[in-house]
Amino acid sequence: MARRENSEINAGSMADIAFLLLIFFLVTTTMDTDSGILRKLPEKQPEDVEAPPVRQRNIFEVNINRFDQLLVEEEEVKIGDLRELAVKFIDNGAGKNAEGQPCNYCEGEKSESSSEHPAKAIISVQTAQTTSYGMYISVQNELLAAYTELRNRYAKKYLQGKYKGLSYSDLLKLQKGEVKNPDLDAAIDQIKKAYPEILSDAKPIK
Amino acid sequence: MSKFGKKKKEVPAVNTAALPDIVFMLLFFFMVSTTMRETSLLIKKPKLPSATEVKKLEHKSLVSTIYVGKAVNPSEGTGDKIQLNDKISTVNDIVNFIYSERDKHDADEQKAMVTSIKADMKTNVGTISDIKDELQSINALKISYSSSSGDVANNFK
Repeated sequence: MARRENSEINAGSMADIAFLLLIFFLVTTTMDTDSGILRKLPEKQPEDVEAPPVRQRNIFEVNINRFDQLLVEEEEVKIGDLRELAVKFIDNGAGKNAEGQPCNYCEGEKSESSSEHPAKAIISVQTAQTTSYGMYISVQNELLAAYTELRNRYAKKYLQGKYKGLSYSDLLKLQKGEVKNPDLDAAIDQIKKAYPEILSDAKPIK
Repeated sequence: MSKFGKKKKEVPAVNTAALPDIVFMLLFFFMVSTTMRETSLLIKKPKLPSATEVKKLEHKSLVSTIYVGKAVNPSEGTGDKIQLNDKISTVNDIVNFIYSERDKHDADEQKAMVTSIKADMKTNVGTISDIKDELQSINALKISYSSSSGDVANNFK
């Protein structure tokens, strides 16, 4: 047999093969990142524990009936107005918190019939068994948005040091990028303490 | 003048030697970024609600997903169905599902685990509440109501 010169491998069809694979991955790829409203459930309470007494004025009652109608503090409202009402209630600040300090960062009306302090203000959501999930999420979202609004305002006004002038959402974004930063965590804790998220879900009525 | 005449050459073909490189680059990008859908849906694809206060879930491996919606197959019944992994289950199976998800991770990571509830907008809140009760009973307290980011008004169209 005649020894032939070692000729190069023909790589002309490599592109075709690569294209084939490329198209396969293009078709199968899904780039959805899961996003959602993060909530933390309360820990399970023993049956016999009684809830601590809460004054009626510190409870903001949100009721959704089975026709997805919204009742806030015994009055029918539209979903668009819920956020404003919640802000008003949380930020009322007419009294003192558990440590006896008045709320000097609150800008509410200091009404006698609304909440005493953001740390005492409880928002309670009561749904019916057949309320739609979409409505429920909308209400949750509006209530959380109310807290975010207040926290942003507080952060912009009262934060000192290197985070001065930043909003709460800005800080959360910063926190995501960094590994661990005690200053940042302290700032966020300070805001969370000023406006703690107290959202309670009552069991749906049958 | 014959020298000028010689210039009348054919246009050379475009060099395509770099084409495989480009294609490979794209290929690698898609190979890396791709995630195969692990479960096939037995319920109708849930229409997620829109919300503005959404946060992205990081660390995909720490997320266990519970699907809620109507079954594709009418023989399964018409009510709200819960899908865990690859089959339609009942509320009582959630406990075992979360335990098996937890087993895949060590103690440190277990604390960061999140349960994502992907439910259709028309689901009853009662069903969701039952799920939450089960999660509460085994201390899987971090949950995420999966929603797309957008205005709340989209939920009422």
